[in-house]
Amino acid sequence: MRDILPEIEQWLAEGEEIALATVVRTAGSSPRPVGAKMAVTRSGRMAGSVSGGCVEGAVFEVALQVLESGRPQLVQYGISDEMAWDVGLSCGGVIDVFVEPLVRRG
Amino acid sequence: MSELFNALREAITREEAVAQATLVRGEPLGAKLLVYEDDRTLGSLGHPELDQAVAADARELLPKGEIETRTYRLKSGADVDVYIESFLPPRRLVVIGAVHIAIPLVAMAKELGYRTTVIDAREFFATRERFPHADELLVAWPDEALAQVPLGPQTDIVVLAHDEKFEDPALQVALRSRAGYIGAIGSRKTSEARAERLRQAGFSDEDIARIHGPIGIDIGARTPAEIAVSILAEIIAVRSGRDPRRAGSGLLPAKASAGND
Repeated sequence: MRDILPEIEQWLAEGEEIALATVVRTAGSSPRPVGAKMAVTRSGRMAGSVSGGCVEGAVFEVALQVLESGRPQLVQYGISDEMAWDVGLSCGGVIDVFVEPLVRRG
Repeated sequence: MSELFNALREAITREEAVAQATLVRGEPLGAKLLVYEDDRTLGSLGHPELDQAVAADARELLPKGEIETRTYRLKSGADVDVYIESFLPPRRLVVIGAVHIAIPLVAMAKELGYRTTVIDAREFFATRERFPHADELLVAWPDEALAQVPLGPQTDIVVLAHDEKFEDPALQVALRSRAGYIGAIGSRKTSEARAERLRQAGFSDEDIARIHGPIGIDIGARTPAEIAVSILAEIIAVRSGRDPRRAGSGLLPAKASAGND
């Protein structure tokens, strides 16, 4: 959190809507540990990461849904996730990512 | 924006230790509880018995800076997952000796999230121009300056002053503190001579063994920047409970075995 807090503060000051994604569980080999975070704005800005770059695109899409609905989501990525065929972790691990709205309008 | 996120930002900014618990599976999904080191809590996970159990667990994880998702059974019989994250004040790197190596060391430590303090009695060494990244520059004798810096388990001390009259008093203060890491530059021969002087000053072999010297892991570092990488790699290894002498080869076997299970 501390590493992406400067960006979040900046976005808050600019009135951005922000979603936060956090790795809450890992199994097998994963590129980033539990606690790794990525913040996303509705306007498309990003800070931090939740993997080595393999699932950030998918998490970004979930973050936009979460900002739209206002409802958090727990999503799992890994080789066993058939829906994520194009975003599987190349290292063979499985990660659970919790995506929540931090700042929403309305 | 939620009141709890504001409280979390405030705690982080004030460098206060706090744990945040989030309900990540079950209802109310996304509910949060902040747990402070003292008896205070803020917010709720939506079930009083859950708040109580999670607060107790969070107070166990917080001093160690640990992060974990745990499963709890509610009175209703339903299982929920709670993600508990500890936020500790930032680590502090104290560098004794504003020498050439200290410059990349401080810049890289900053990148690793450290608060940095550079100490040197020679004012033409400890200048803002040389150390634009340092959070604190103290022009003073090391042992006197160290008295002004919090030297708890979150602090790492690196002694680069290649001179007995700076190095010995600094190391004596360091050894009496609870600092998480103490390292001192110098060859094996220099390190042995230093150990002997500390022994004569009354420090035990156990005390002296806390000093990592020659400092850094062996990656064949030559330039100041490479030596800084070697020192920080050693600090990361010690912080993670690894043996720094083996850290050079630690990454690959760890990955391979994790991938096999």
